Amino acid sequence: MKTLEELRKIREKAQADINLRGSNTRVKVIVGMGTSGIAMGAREVMKAFLDEVGKRNLSDVQITQTGEKGLTSMEPIVDIVIEGNPIVTYGEMNAERVIKVIEEHIIGGNVVNDFAVAVD
Amino acid sequence: MNYYRSHVLIGISDTALQAGVKDFENALRNELAKNNLQDEINILETGPLGFFGKGICMTVYPENVQYSDVKAEDVAELVQNHFLKGRPVKRLLFEESLKGQVNFNYANRIVLKNSGIIDPENIEEYIGAGGYEALEKALLEMTPNDVIDVVKASGLRGRGGAGFPTGLKWSFTAPLEAEQKYIVINADEGEPGTFKDRLIMEGDPHILLEGLTLAAYAVGASKAIIYIRGEYKLCIERLRKAILQANEYGVLGEKIFGTDFSLEVDIKVGAGAYVCGEETALIESLEGNRGNPRWKPPFPGVEGVWKMPTVVNNVETTANVPFIIKNGAEAFLQHGPAKSSGTKVYTLMGDIARPGLCEVDMGTSLRSIINEYGGGMKKGIKFKAALVGGAAGVFLPDRLLDVNMDFESLKEYAAVLGSGAILVMNENTDIVDMLWSVLRFFRHESCGKCSPCKLGTAYLYDLITKIKKGEGTKADLDQLVSIADMMQKTSFCALGQSPIMPIKSALDNFRYEFEARLNK
Repeated sequence: MKTLEELRKIREKAQADINLRGSNTRVKVIVGMGTSGIAMGAREVMKAFLDEVGKRNLSDVQITQTGEKGLTSMEPIVDIVIEGNPIVTYGEMNAERVIKVIEEHIIGGNVVNDFAVAVD
Repeated sequence: MNYYRSHVLIGISDTALQAGVKDFENALRNELAKNNLQDEINILETGPLGFFGKGICMTVYPENVQYSDVKAEDVAELVQNHFLKGRPVKRLLFEESLKGQVNFNYANRIVLKNSGIIDPENIEEYIGAGGYEALEKALLEMTPNDVIDVVKASGLRGRGGAGFPTGLKWSFTAPLEAEQKYIVINADEGEPGTFKDRLIMEGDPHILLEGLTLAAYAVGASKAIIYIRGEYKLCIERLRKAILQANEYGVLGEKIFGTDFSLEVDIKVGAGAYVCGEETALIESLEGNRGNPRWKPPFPGVEGVWKMPTVVNNVETTANVPFIIKNGAEAFLQHGPAKSSGTKVYTLMGDIARPGLCEVDMGTSLRSIINEYGGGMKKGIKFKAALVGGAAGVFLPDRLLDVNMDFESLKEYAAVLGSGAILVMNENTDIVDMLWSVLRFFRHESCGKCSPCKLGTAYLYDLITKIKKGEGTKADLDQLVSIADMMQKTSFCALGQSPIMPIKSALDNFRYEFEARLNK
């Protein structure tokens, strides 16, 4: 059980985390893990990110999950959040595309236009 | 200051720089000067343009024409046609060059604002997104009556299908004296083609918990039950986790925030009967009985679970409450028309480019929902009809595409918003077959408690099967309507009262198809 004071502190910290402010994370990879996403292979995509990021020793990349955005027909969906940049949403992801996104976007800094579906 | 008749915004990004945006910009300036347009047309550099095309992108105002993948060699054509003659260069337009810029509409979302953004299994992310602020405000600064007043003023109406005003529903139960009151969340999402509640629960379970806690506070309930359909495994798992975390963080459980208000939340897993989405059948099922509807009155608000006053609310309805309490009724009224305020979540299926789900303001037209959020029709096929609201819904033909989707506007066309399922059909869809599968569904799901529905759904199925086989007569068509009409007037619950809607709308709009199938 937390007090109100503690809750407010958690709120401030969580808000900073969401915006990647003052953390060691430079890039956040958010994999859509709703029923549709999982059915279309989101678990494999998640695993591919974990494997590749581990293999390349990218310590400033954080991988996390979320629910569905609503774009059911283009699952699995992945968001790439880089501080100070618009959030890029990729659709119809698979293990092959994961490598491309890591190499070109996360490391290289260029959006992979071929399978980006939205930029916010 | 110079007055420009037109402004050109050029998006500068890494991609654009690589594609040679600077050279393009210089070429454009030179070409404009050559045509003596430099004082009429203003060129500005900017960041992302709010749409996402390939290569160099630009937007021309005031007409808001979006170009993508433009190159230096296109400049002469652009200036000649667009800036001199006012004709946009079609082949360079953004729509033509991109397979699908997706509009998630996050800025206008209320119930799904966090889904697809935060980690649903981590309460801290929900808290970080402003979660449980409404609960804090309600418990520390507002009386239960204040909460009801705000919800009443917001005009929130039930999103499960019937559209009953939520604040009013709460105000029936709040003043009653009882040893126990209940909040029941109807998460038995059974309408064919509807999966909006699933997204809310698996994408943002805490928004539902916060909403139901506010409802419990408003009516004085200390127990809440989420009645959820058994197929929603992931929702059940995430809700269970969310309840544990909420108890741990003190936003659920005993004496929340040190006040006298306590709430215990349970989950009851349903067994897949359509009729259990009807609130009194749901309550029977909750008590361990066969899922048959009860006689009303007394309404559940007075006598519900174990004969105690019970408020039954739909998932989407409940998920709107935190926003209303936190931001006030006025903020909610900013969305949608006066008598149908707020947003609505629609599930889009069928022959559209991007099936999925969207949350838009009430009163958005069916056409813009299909085009903007569903990506339009699949390539090369034409729209014929949309089945709106699931099985207990209506067939809308193309002449009704511009009807605003809200409770009041749809009523004028004897249509309903229902659960928000939109099934889009192309020109080759056989409406007779469609109606056949709808009526087969009703026959299968009738609970058998009352005769009009038990016998009526079977008769309707026999009639439509006969017509489908090409053995029907004109009298059979009339009988479809008269039986369904009788069922609407005499059936015990909404299940038997519903078949008239798909039948009447199918016959009103596509009668010629039925007549073509008759035995002549």
